[in-house]
Amino acid sequence: MALDVLYFAWLRERIGQPRERIETEAATVRDLVAELAGMDEWHAHALSDLSAVRVALDQELADLDAPLAGVREVAFFPPMTGG
Amino acid sequence: MAARVQSAPFDLAAELAGFGAGSGAVVTFSGLVRDEGGRLVALEIEHYPGMTEKALSAYGAQAAERFELDDWRIIHRHGRLEVGQPIMMVATAARHRIAAFQAAEYLMDWLKSRAPFWKREIGPEGPGVWVEARTEDEDALSRW
Repeated sequence: MALDVLYFAWLRERIGQPRERIETEAATVRDLVAELAGMDEWHAHALSDLSAVRVALDQELADLDAPLAGVREVAFFPPMTGG
Repeated sequence: MAARVQSAPFDLAAELAGFGAGSGAVVTFSGLVRDEGGRLVALEIEHYPGMTEKALSAYGAQAAERFELDDWRIIHRHGRLEVGQPIMMVATAARHRIAAFQAAEYLMDWLKSRAPFWKREIGPEGPGVWVEARTEDEDALSRW
């Protein structure tokens, strides 16, 4: 399946781009993270500490074990600091 | 009942004109860019277009139901904001003050930890570090 993967704040900077299109068979977010981290050193560095990473599936907050079936957009970002 | 995300400034007085008419209590909160003891000249605020608006609308609707609000408004800005400028505002209107105060605090707690905004410090030398999430903000959610 094809996924749009988005990155924000320091994740975007470490990876070097705001979004990319990924062809993957990953079943869960955790599987996708492992796949992305294996792509190159930038992905590996950005995704090295998952306690500092939050995820949204189709713009809804989710956790690392959430399934990716039917999902079109996955976003990774640091803990939010609004307000 | 509205949530807006914008780079433009907003006029607090204009936003509140007529807000909560017929209610007994209106509470407003606005957040300003702190200078952090002179260390900062501005903040750069990034957000997730699409998700941000949906998240703010959902939190507003939750607060409206839980605290029986007559009205609510959330405005949050993005982009470069100079020290002293308003970053965001929350307004709530209810029949009684306790509900209006509590709903405003509830919305702020959700905004701080669950709305997709990220702040980066800008000092005299240029862009600096990303502001880290505070555990107190995360803990504050647990009281609801």
